[in-house]
Amino acid sequence: MAAHETFYDVIRRQGVTRRSFTKFCSLTAASLGLGSSAATAMAKALETNPRVPVIWMHGLECTCCSESFIRSAHPLVKDVVLSMISLDYDDTIMAAAGHQAEAILEETKEKYKGKYILAVEGNPPLNEGGMFCIDGGKPFVEKLKWMAEDAYAIIAWGACASWGCVQAAKPNPTQATPIDKVITNKPIIKVPGCPPIAEVMTGVVTFITTFGRLPELDRQGRPKMFYSQRIHDKCYRRPHFDAGQFVEEWDDEAARKGYCLYKMGCKGPTTYNACSTVRWNGGVSFPIQSGHGCIGCSEEGFWDKGPFYERLSNIKQFGIEHNADEVGLAAVGVVGAAVAAHAAVTAVKRITTKRDSKES
Amino acid sequence: MTEATQIHGVLDGHGERAAPLQTVYVYEAPVRLWHWVNALAIIVLALTGFFIASPLPSTPGEASANFLMGYIRFAHFAAGYVLVAGLLLRLYWALAGNTYARQIFYLPLWDRKWLWGVFYELRWYLFLVARPQKYIGHNPLAHVAMFAFMLLLAFMVVTGFALYSEGAGRDSWQFKLFGWVFAIWPNSQDIHTWHHVGMWLVVVFVIVHIYSAVREDIVSRQSMISAMISGERTFRDEHDE
Repeated sequence: MAAHETFYDVIRRQGVTRRSFTKFCSLTAASLGLGSSAATAMAKALETNPRVPVIWMHGLECTCCSESFIRSAHPLVKDVVLSMISLDYDDTIMAAAGHQAEAILEETKEKYKGKYILAVEGNPPLNEGGMFCIDGGKPFVEKLKWMAEDAYAIIAWGACASWGCVQAAKPNPTQATPIDKVITNKPIIKVPGCPPIAEVMTGVVTFITTFGRLPELDRQGRPKMFYSQRIHDKCYRRPHFDAGQFVEEWDDEAARKGYCLYKMGCKGPTTYNACSTVRWNGGVSFPIQSGHGCIGCSEEGFWDKGPFYERLSNIKQFGIEHNADEVGLAAVGVVGAAVAAHAAVTAVKRITTKRDSKES
Repeated sequence: MTEATQIHGVLDGHGERAAPLQTVYVYEAPVRLWHWVNALAIIVLALTGFFIASPLPSTPGEASANFLMGYIRFAHFAAGYVLVAGLLLRLYWALAGNTYARQIFYLPLWDRKWLWGVFYELRWYLFLVARPQKYIGHNPLAHVAMFAFMLLLAFMVVTGFALYSEGAGRDSWQFKLFGWVFAIWPNSQDIHTWHHVGMWLVVVFVIVHIYSAVREDIVSRQSMISAMISGERTFRDEHDE
């Protein structure tokens, strides 16, 4: 590899035409919401900037992020990002294996010190010295820390890397821990979702590799361009919410009419993601469009905010699973009874003391 | 002898003026106004809040012809703003008003007499002492309860604005001021849950508040309910201790 090999060099060598390349630039610029001038800037950056390698590692996960990624809507995006632009190491889908594969890590760490992107799918379990996830003969947490040392930035793919997801759900026996709790000295971009939307993933990778900087992140470390609005804010069923028209049961008339799924436990009002705009599988549909509420898969600890099919979450602090209304009504009942009893005692006391004072 | 003889300025059958009752002006007009505006806002907030979490049965017809949930949410937000405006003015009055106006915003934990009073009132409520103490402002136990309620209101305001900022957007002043709540609870579903629990705590407070006001009015022989209307606390016993 030449010292200053650009993305464009690699693409052309792989047989991608210039026409396809510009198409890719404008598509990606559009998906990032950057406008047409950015497409030119992106093309220029890809032609002149040195190539930034991406190392993709897998911790405790289910590979749904990878599955989503390779199904990115436009085949071009997938081809460009996955096989040509930047992906140097991905132990799940790469051809190399064993020592040959691990050698790439060392080579990248040395050659691109402080310049490569570390994309992490899944998270490290910390319990028992990290032995619940062994990767290449070592606990994954060690490999993660080792590769993170010299990375420019880290992309935390999916709910696992961002929040912990199902393996971190209560009681979290392996102590699965999100990336930002393990690596604290590197910029981390959270791209949550179970999995994240393919176009969101390729968009984030392309943004960083082309512009050489991180996209603007929100307070929780998610790219603002995809995670600053809730599913609810852009939901096409929102008018039914505002009108007060809800699905009450899965097979009722309201369900057939496509009313709001709020009462069926839809977590759209508390979920930040781009599903209601970008949608899935090339813009075909998304959960709410297919008649099922959002389960809030891109939110922190969503497994523990259930039930999925009820609006009010259970409150586990009260031992038995009860929601806010049940806990609240019980509290009101107890206090109401206590007040009534207190009033009764007060009345009895008053009568008896009055009698006493009259007698005395 | 008769009740009439005790009323100030009223002449009894023999043309003698009744002995005046001890009356102290405690709650100034802004405090009383705030109390009732606040009470109204809380009623609206609790009711609409409940129906936001558990909406009414669906309305028939086209979505474009209905806006029930929208109106309920609007009422919730409007009442929320009324509550906050009231709270801010009330905070100002805590500084500008009389001593009793700032009572509910702090606890005099360094005051040993006051601490003794808390335990005395506790014993009074547990029927362990025969007579209550008389206080011009809040009795120490009520003082603690009111302070706790102010904390609860602050919690509801903060979580309420954090939730509101989700709709107002990430560029809104609501998010700039209250977005830090999401650092505590990254998943806003949790904020919904605790805001909802907070509503029930408010209901619990209201029950205890009304009960103890009525009870004190009767049993402690000092005016409570009318004091929040006229501002004057009347001590019905002529002499004490």
